[in-house]
Amino acid sequence: MSGHHHHDHDHHHDNHFTAIEARVKALETLMVQKGYVDPAALDAIIDTYETKIGPRDGARIVAKAWTDPAFAKRLKADGTAAAAELGYGGRGGEHIVACFNTPEQHNLIVCTLCSCYPWPILGLPPVWYKSPPYRAKAVIDPRGTIADFGVTLPESQRIRVWDSTAETRFIVIPMRPAGTEGWSEEKLASIVTRDSMIGTGLPKVEDAA
Amino acid sequence: MNSAHDLGGQMGFGPVVPEPNEPVFHGDWEKRVLAINVAAGAMGAWTIDEIRHARESLPPAQYLSSTYYEIWLAALDKVLVKHGFLSADELATGKPAPERREPKRVLRGEEVAGVLRRGFPYEREAEAPARFAVGDKVRTIVMHPQHHTRLPRYARGKTGMVERITGCHVFPDTGAQGQPETAQWLYTVVFDGRELWGRDADPTSTVSIEAWESYLEPA
Repeated sequence: MSGHHHHDHDHHHDNHFTAIEARVKALETLMVQKGYVDPAALDAIIDTYETKIGPRDGARIVAKAWTDPAFAKRLKADGTAAAAELGYGGRGGEHIVACFNTPEQHNLIVCTLCSCYPWPILGLPPVWYKSPPYRAKAVIDPRGTIADFGVTLPESQRIRVWDSTAETRFIVIPMRPAGTEGWSEEKLASIVTRDSMIGTGLPKVEDAA
Repeated sequence: MNSAHDLGGQMGFGPVVPEPNEPVFHGDWEKRVLAINVAAGAMGAWTIDEIRHARESLPPAQYLSSTYYEIWLAALDKVLVKHGFLSADELATGKPAPERREPKRVLRGEEVAGVLRRGFPYEREAEAPARFAVGDKVRTIVMHPQHHTRLPRYARGKTGMVERITGCHVFPDTGAQGQPETAQWLYTVVFDGRELWGRDADPTSTVSIEAWESYLEPA
């Protein structure tokens, strides 16, 4: 799949772009006219994933794990139950496993077969996560994959790749950076990026809000 | 099936190029495809694995040259026709025909929040104890089925270790073919990078897959 085709389409393939818009509109009209979908449901679904659910939710889980050792322990034992404590779970994240980074092991999440991603805690996946370069490379060259994001890990840190081949959904719990002592959960959450919860990034103190 | 979707370890796609400040959607049509996909799935006529199979059985050239929402749209068209909700003619003309299949259910706007929050858990009551224990050495089977499977090619015929027993989960291979639902024990199985990729592999890397019991034999 072409990862960044949209820019190309915008500039070079306007006809194709229009064609797919027309096709989608026709399908939606048919589905509504035949009574298979409720237009209000379509709007509610879009609103959920566009405005209500996103990486801020996962960041809250990470920040709580950093500040509350008992929660971190529960999160490690049962990610689904711990996420539910904070009100998270559901479609695309029915079974959650938290992968804790340590000085010895960094974790990286991929779905080589499709695009499995923990929707209720990270939102919808970015295009690169669903595209061939990442899905092909992450399992065979994880260190090189992470380097594509400008991140270099110490040679002493092993890398564990989690291929999401079932309905289990993974979230990386990055290590809390030095220099964040005494920070509030909210301030800590502000440095937890989406990529750091996939394993292609690391939280940085200077990103604090 | 051994199709273009089974991407682990393939080469030639170049580096991963993240898009800075990527929006959730690239255009309104993507939002509509996502929403129609979720709402149509809620009619309950097909399983998640059946629609995955519809996506991965697109011709490889089409699969690799489409964006993910284009793949979703093409697969949605296929399953809607297959299950008799729409005809190919209706899709081509955009004009509804009088024939209609009554769906098991239609997701209403006011139900969306609750349905998404509950999700569709895949764990089932086990009928037998798990065959493997944490720490067991296991070998994945070699198979090249024409149908859907969640055992990726790069991890077939490989020796690894059971790290975790996830639970007894709905088995995708048969469910994708419209057969009655069955469930099997599901394990996290971890492999050394060199076992999967040979002597040039990063010796500090390991890869795990989620493997159903019938994908595994004792090693």
